[in-house]
Amino acid sequence: MATLLEISGLTSHYGRIQALKGIDVTVAEGELVALVGANGAGKTTLLRCISGVQSVTSGSISFAGQDITKMPPEHRVGLGISQSPEGRQVFGPMSVEDNLRLGAYRRHGPSIKADLDRMYEMFPILYKKRELPAGTLSGGQQQMLAIARALMANPRVLLLDEPSMGLAPLLVAEIFRTIVALKEAGTTIFLVEQNAYAALAIADRGYVLETGSVVLNDIGSNLLANDKVKEAYLGL
Amino acid sequence: MFAAFLQYLFSGLTSGAIYALAGLGFAIIYNSSQVINFAQGEFIMIGGMSSATLVASGVPMPLAISLAMLISMAAGIALEKFAIEPARNSDVVTIIIITIGASIFMRGAAQLIWDKEFHSLPAFSGESPIAVMGATLMPQSLWVFAVSGVVIVALWWFFNRTMFGKAMLGTSHNRLAAQLVGVGVKKVLLASFALSALLGAVGGIVVTPITFTNYEAGIMLGLKGFSAAVLGGLGNGGGAIVGGLIVGIAEALASGYLSSAYKDAIAFVIILFVLFFMPNGLFGKRGTDRV
Ligand SMILES: Nc1ncnc2c1ncn2[C@@H]1O[C@H](COP(=O)(O)OP(=O)(O)OP(=O)(O)O)[C@@H](O)[C@H]1O
Ligand SMILES: [Mg+2]
Repeated sequence: MATLLEISGLTSHYGRIQALKGIDVTVAEGELVALVGANGAGKTTLLRCISGVQSVTSGSISFAGQDITKMPPEHRVGLGISQSPEGRQVFGPMSVEDNLRLGAYRRHGPSIKADLDRMYEMFPILYKKRELPAGTLSGGQQQMLAIARALMANPRVLLLDEPSMGLAPLLVAEIFRTIVALKEAGTTIFLVEQNAYAALAIADRGYVLETGSVVLNDIGSNLLANDKVKEAYLGL
Repeated sequence: MFAAFLQYLFSGLTSGAIYALAGLGFAIIYNSSQVINFAQGEFIMIGGMSSATLVASGVPMPLAISLAMLISMAAGIALEKFAIEPARNSDVVTIIIITIGASIFMRGAAQLIWDKEFHSLPAFSGESPIAVMGATLMPQSLWVFAVSGVVIVALWWFFNRTMFGKAMLGTSHNRLAAQLVGVGVKKVLLASFALSALLGAVGGIVVTPITFTNYEAGIMLGLKGFSAAVLGGLGNGGGAIVGGLIVGIAEALASGYLSSAYKDAIAFVIILFVLFFMPNGLFGKRGTDRV
């Protein structure tokens, strides 16, 4: 399949701290790619670079064959890069429905309403609570809202940053079922997770990130079977 | 007794409406950038001075008013483009100081472009006072109430019913999330300055027939708008409106029952009181974020 997202030699800094030390990652159309790694490995930083909300020191990001390294974030959303960020980041005082409509901010026309209905079908709880402030939802519901809001952009690639963080096991299972369903519907997904086992189990391919560098890169099942991965991330 | 009270109330509500518009201007810019724009009063002055001098030079009133609004918005946009935008990576305090500098610059420019004299604008619909239960109400006060009311409803509509308005609100609640859904936050910042300048200008224009204006008029009006915004809770639009009316009424009562020497002190007293005893203002910032 055609490469959709291609990251090469990417570095990024927070002041003098180097968070990414030359990352190479590709995601092909229709793929579900997982990025796993410990706390502080640089996973969020990488996603922030892809969305354009974090400055890149060197290296490049290209999307659908176009160099987007310097493109402002709002134009990247227009191209089809959409992210459900770490910590959900819903618009707390605004209604659930407004959150979803803002997800479609770069789009116009009647297809928005159809997608809104599709989201409500996928997440019935959001329909029930559509008029409530997003901040009043539970953690799991906010996570669903963050994912649904990202989907409202009708993305060509969906970036998910730790969608299972802080959720009860039952909800984690539900979120992962949703991700699998999205993949089966053809969505390209780049999934960042600390829950390495669950992420690699559903992923086509995976990358293991350690202190700003990719240390392993293989198909999901191979990584699950890899001794180093087992030891470091799966607690086996 | 009651007639006097009513008289003070009318006068307080009239100035209060202008403070409310100025307070909303503070709130809008604060929400989009966490910056307190101390040049807000200058927008009021520019609106008043431009309309007054244009009318005096023979431009028909409706055209003069429209031009004055455009001139003030242009000043707001220029302030953002040339003073705020280049400093966007500086901390908030630096940017606040820039706005103070910009306000001094605008006052100086106003003095050069116009003069140091007081200017007025003819009342929109006559000067014959209306008797209300022993007190009198100037027709221009009714214009102030009506225009402020329409502006407030229009703002409500803008922020709650248009996508761009919602995007501005969203940016104030969560800048990162706004960027990630594709809101251009630079455009939001620019729009917030243009909108605040427009609000200031509208206030300045409708009140000029009553209070007159000169190049320095923005200092006190800005200060009172600021105290309205602080009293209502910085960043809270509804709070700024209530705050503006309270400041207006309080100073009218103080100058009526105590001494007119206290009129301008009230705004300072309110700012200090809020800072010491209720830093979040009457309503605080609306926040239902659960982490
Ligand atoms: N705003 C910031 N300022 C300074 N350093 C930062 C900032 N954000 C992250 N870092 C540092 O950059 C490195 C990578 O952080 P990042 O958040 O990308 O890691 P992560 O893999 O997403 O971790 P987690 O699993 O905890 O979410 C860490 O060393 C972190 O301390
Ligand atoms: Mg992270």
